[in-house]
Amino acid sequence: MSIKVNNLTKYYGDYLAVDNISFEAKKGEILGFLGPNGAGKSTTMKIITTYLPPTTGTIEVDGFDVEEKSLEVRKKLGYLPELNPLYYDMNPVDYLDFVAKLDGIPAADIKKRREEMIRVCGLDSVRHKDIGTLSKGYKQRVGLAQAMINNPDVLILDEPTSGLDPNQIIEIRNLIKKLGKEKTVVLSTHILSEVTATCNRVIIINKGKIVADGTPEELQAKSKGQSVVTLEVKNNCDKNELSGALKDIRSVNKVEFVKDTGDSFVFNIYGEKGADLREVISNKVTQQKATVLSMQTKQSSLEDIFRELTK
Amino acid sequence: MNTQNIKTIYSKELKSYFNSPVAYIVMIVFMAISGFLFTMSFFQINIASMREFFGSFFIQLVLFVVFIPAITMRSFSEEKKQGTLELLLTKPITDIELILGKYLSALTLIIITLSPTILYFIIIKMIGPIPFWPFLTSLLGYILMSAFFIGIGVFVSSLTENQIIAFIVSVLICLSFFLFGKLLVVFPTSVVSFFEYLTTDYHLSNISRGVIDSRVLIYYFSMIFFTIFLTKVSLESRKW
Repeated sequence: MSIKVNNLTKYYGDYLAVDNISFEAKKGEILGFLGPNGAGKSTTMKIITTYLPPTTGTIEVDGFDVEEKSLEVRKKLGYLPELNPLYYDMNPVDYLDFVAKLDGIPAADIKKRREEMIRVCGLDSVRHKDIGTLSKGYKQRVGLAQAMINNPDVLILDEPTSGLDPNQIIEIRNLIKKLGKEKTVVLSTHILSEVTATCNRVIIINKGKIVADGTPEELQAKSKGQSVVTLEVKNNCDKNELSGALKDIRSVNKVEFVKDTGDSFVFNIYGEKGADLREVISNKVTQQKATVLSMQTKQSSLEDIFRELTK
Repeated sequence: MNTQNIKTIYSKELKSYFNSPVAYIVMIVFMAISGFLFTMSFFQINIASMREFFGSFFIQLVLFVVFIPAITMRSFSEEKKQGTLELLLTKPITDIELILGKYLSALTLIIITLSPTILYFIIIKMIGPIPFWPFLTSLLGYILMSAFFIGIGVFVSSLTENQIIAFIVSVLICLSFFLFGKLLVVFPTSVVSFFEYLTTDYHLSNISRGVIDSRVLIYYFSMIFFTIFLTKVSLESRKW
């Protein structure tokens, strides 16, 4: 139960969509594919799922090459494409039965699998409605049910939670986490909180290249971001003088006046990486006869890393 | 080739024909036109024959040039538009199984549409003597011709995600095959026999006379094979 991508490159005509990427995903991993629009996430997924061939490079799913053993690979896969393809004139029951047959599920098991998917994805109340009349969230659930009905070893989900409401998003994330324990899951997203909430590994991809690969925690640690302190002082002092004094601290790189709230001034103070500025700042403010109202250090978040890497 | 996969696609397609108005419109309009022409020719000419019926330019034009493109226009273009083609092509099913499932379901719909002609035959048979064999070969000729034009329609619909474009282009292609035979008189006799072989008209009138010539069968089957092959190439073109 694994995916091995070796030196994958994909050109659309002259346009380079995926540029020599390699990675592996093992059983029990939920791999988040993160990147701005047009980074090559969907293209990579289309190649893993055998819809498109690689220009160069190889991909193996459970040891089967996607080009040479395409049908074997497809049997192992569950795939939810980005556009969530559905037949609008079918109801969820007929649609899932149709997909189950295509997946080669034995006729005797089809009903059982379909009912399980309806239960897991919460489709019972809409089982006999035409898919075309369902809301976007229900459509997305039908799509997820479709991807999982053959109980695949490898699950490829292109933006699985798009269009869902917050409750459904949490449900689907929990479902993915549960499935991820015994399967290999690759999901793409551009919602950063999704990655921290669901994935145990992240690959950030930009302009077709992998720019970061690791657990969300590792990526945060690796970030070369600077430490930032947000400082709020009472407005009984001269803000220019204070900001000049703060700038004199050795490990401070920049002081930025954010706003005047009426009874307080807010500053952002940027320091060198790893430096804890709070103590020196507090001393400095007291020296200036000003009063500290609040002070927070900001951790560099995945969002900062994302922005840094995909600028 | 996995016949189970072909069957899955086939029954889904056939169901969706009958879930949409297209199948009913085609069947009802065909019944109305053919019923009208049948009674007209039957009472006017006053002979127990279906030759005029099957030879009717109007019936052929409506059936082969309008109805078949109308039936096949959705087959792949709608899948492309909705993105469901990506779903089908990432399931454990080969391109050719998918094409055959769709192709055979359209052919089935046409055969169902043609089935009332059996009723006409029975009616004439009750009144006067009518040979069975020419009727059967005429019907076979119609089915072969439909099979060829369905191939064209399915192929054209695999080229575009716009149903209307698929319809218009298939109408034009079917029309040129269909009319080409009628225009042969303007060609010099030296080339006529060559072009004649390419036209559907020549083969259809041959088989309607009750002669099942191997050349006719070879013509239709190679054309059907060729259109299915082109459709397969067209589906594979996503990989270029």
